[in-house]
Amino acid sequence: MAKSESEQTWKDLEVGCIVTEPGSARQYESGTWRSQRPTYDFKKCIKCGLCQIFCPEGCIEPNKDKDGVFEADMYYCKGCGVCYRECPTRVITMVEEEEK
Amino acid sequence: MTTRTGIEVSIAVADAVRLANADVIAAYPITPQTHIVEHLAELVANGELDAEYIPVESEHSAMSACLGSAAAGARTFTATSSQGLALMNEVLYVASGMRLPVIMAVANRALSAPLSIWADHSDMMSVRDTGWIQIVVENGQQAVDNIICAFRIAEDRRVLLPVMVHLDGFNLTHVIEPIVFPEQSDVDRFLPKSKYPLPLNPDRPVAMGSFAPPIIYTETKWAQEINIRNSKDVIISCWDEFGRTFGRQYHAVEKYHNDGAGVILMTMGSTGETASVAIDELRADGENIGQVRLRMWRPFPFEELRNAVNDAEVLIILDRAISYGGPGGPVASEVKSAFYNQVKKPKIVSFVGALGGRDITVSGFKNLIKRGIDIARTGSKNEYEIYGVRE
Amino acid sequence: MEKYAVYVPRLVQKREKFAPGHRACIGCGEALAIRLAFKALDNNIIVANATGCAEIFAGQFPNTSWQLPWIHTLFENTAAVASGIEAAYKAMKRKGIKLPDNTKIVAIAGDGGTSDIGLQALSGALERGHDFTYICFDNEAYMNTGNQRSSATPFGAATTTSPLGKKSTGQFSWKKNMPEIATAHNIPYVATATHGFPFDLMAKVAKAVATKGPAYVHVLSVCPTGWRSPTDTINRQARLAVQTGMFPLYEVENGIYKMSLDLPKLRPVKDYLKIQGRFRHLSDAVIQQIQERVELEYQKLLEKAKDGSKTAKRKSRTGAGKVPA
Repeated sequence: MAKSESEQTWKDLEVGCIVTEPGSARQYESGTWRSQRPTYDFKKCIKCGLCQIFCPEGCIEPNKDKDGVFEADMYYCKGCGVCYRECPTRVITMVEEEEK
Repeated sequence: MTTRTGIEVSIAVADAVRLANADVIAAYPITPQTHIVEHLAELVANGELDAEYIPVESEHSAMSACLGSAAAGARTFTATSSQGLALMNEVLYVASGMRLPVIMAVANRALSAPLSIWADHSDMMSVRDTGWIQIVVENGQQAVDNIICAFRIAEDRRVLLPVMVHLDGFNLTHVIEPIVFPEQSDVDRFLPKSKYPLPLNPDRPVAMGSFAPPIIYTETKWAQEINIRNSKDVIISCWDEFGRTFGRQYHAVEKYHNDGAGVILMTMGSTGETASVAIDELRADGENIGQVRLRMWRPFPFEELRNAVNDAEVLIILDRAISYGGPGGPVASEVKSAFYNQVKKPKIVSFVGALGGRDITVSGFKNLIKRGIDIARTGSKNEYEIYGVRE
Repeated sequence: MEKYAVYVPRLVQKREKFAPGHRACIGCGEALAIRLAFKALDNNIIVANATGCAEIFAGQFPNTSWQLPWIHTLFENTAAVASGIEAAYKAMKRKGIKLPDNTKIVAIAGDGGTSDIGLQALSGALERGHDFTYICFDNEAYMNTGNQRSSATPFGAATTTSPLGKKSTGQFSWKKNMPEIATAHNIPYVATATHGFPFDLMAKVAKAVATKGPAYVHVLSVCPTGWRSPTDTINRQARLAVQTGMFPLYEVENGIYKMSLDLPKLRPVKDYLKIQGRFRHLSDAVIQQIQERVELEYQKLLEKAKDGSKTAKRKSRTGAGKVPA
């Protein structure tokens, strides 16, 4: 991975400060922002994928290890609760994020 | 064999852009640049120049469209003057900060208010710190040659900076001068195809223009500064190559009888040629006087300037712009600062004149030089002298 | 419930063009709208972005969420930058420079960069007929700088520069009708959409990009931060905006209006206004004023759509005026 911001010298910069790595924002843990998190009752999940459509972060994927039910990636999830509202079978409940 | 043609300088500038085979022209008309963009439209309409001509709705959009075009990797040109240059001011900083090679001809014209369509350098001075490479010409031939060089300089991988070529409005843009046009095949050889290293292209996605927090902003600006300083070498080697290929050599500081001269007059732009006549006449009368003409305005040519004037006792500088409430002509301020740390330096006398299209004649220059020598001897309580005002 | 009839993820491509890890507010409607809009498109896109929420949250140097070529320059010039890119590609292709096939230019901006400071550049680009798509992500104020009013702020909304006070009851003017302004430029395709109806949004963006010539899509993007509304119901808020007639969904193809949704009766605007903090102060009299104006505007739109369907029928009888692919 590239040097961190506080280590980069002026010589490390690309011409015009162009960013050449598409999607490099993926390294940012936006999950640290949340004050509530989704919890799941996966028995009810019908794998319709609506939560994946409606997530503003785009961090919900079918979980291959859990038979393809849709689960948010906690590295990015900001706890907005949109998935909870859009889920047609009420799989999700939002609970307060615990202090670490 | 190339022939000399009598041609209006604006038309010649447009023809130079044709020779350079520009890809995109996005421009908004403003007196006195209009003939440049009109002729370019004609060339495109007749198929003589294969380019996209975008008749934008303002100068701000003109420079913005040029940014998009240069970022996509196309050879890009625009032209403007005074108010237009002022209107696109914020975009100029973006062009240099994002290192996008855009070539712009500026027909120097006074800034309002009051409204004036005639020549002076207030518009040039208002964009001094925008980070563009800036070249100033005195006649039509120089305009044509430097437009062609500008494309080569801007698109050079070691530079990748936008370039302005300044020519005086009306005094140059609207006069007919004898100009030698290079052959198309020679220009094609001289100007390699534009190849921006990281253009906008779906095959290789890049993100241009992300915002920079304080932790990195200083580094980005320093990188830009080092880059424009280093571009001086590229500009000079481009001029050398042009001289070898086409027989006309350009320098950062053009010298005229300055060797051993006790008094040197410094000018920038078309007034320099009138001043040269005055220099000739004074020298015929036995005066030990010479002239330097500043061609490379940015990056400022410290070494070349010091070498050109260091042995003179008096350096008289004519500025065509006022920095209100400030230390005088902008060029003179910079030259004074260039000499500040030198042990040996000439007495510098700053004159501001030829504003808003008021010409200084040959005898006017002689008077100005005489007054300058007096001031150098007796000193003055003014920071600078205004030449030619009715009091 | 094993074989569900509609398996939604199959209808859209998997690839995210807008990666997670961006710094949008929690529950940002604009982030969702951008994600959806670009899911409707392929990878042959160049994006020109104005200064605003989307540009800022998409990437602080050296990070970027974008997985498409992207350029940001200034606030008010996106349409001009897009014009330049479009012209450059045209000229370079003609001169035989090798470029990817069928590259499309998409310019995106907020309501500020579209209807206020960016209006001139947009108008110029639409008039000149460049082949590009302009998407306005409208969160109804200058949200990135902290919720100052714009000309897209709805009447009565409280913002920091149209605040409540002894002498003020919020925004004093009616929302500027940008889709109508775009339509007045005689461009082939104009549409309104919102992330509350994601498939409609995706279809319209795809159609806009496929249209030859300029296309304009106006996307209502709910901003729970600025609108002082709950983050989890952003899609419900967007849907209510449509169902109350405050943000009608429609398309204009070559001057022919077509409603996207058949609403036999509009819901009262109160349903939409009461769930947002920015409208909480509105008196019944003002709400009634808004109700009447919304109904009037909606009627005008329905009239145009009725004329539109007549024209469409007439054209299909005579065979004239095919919609460009």
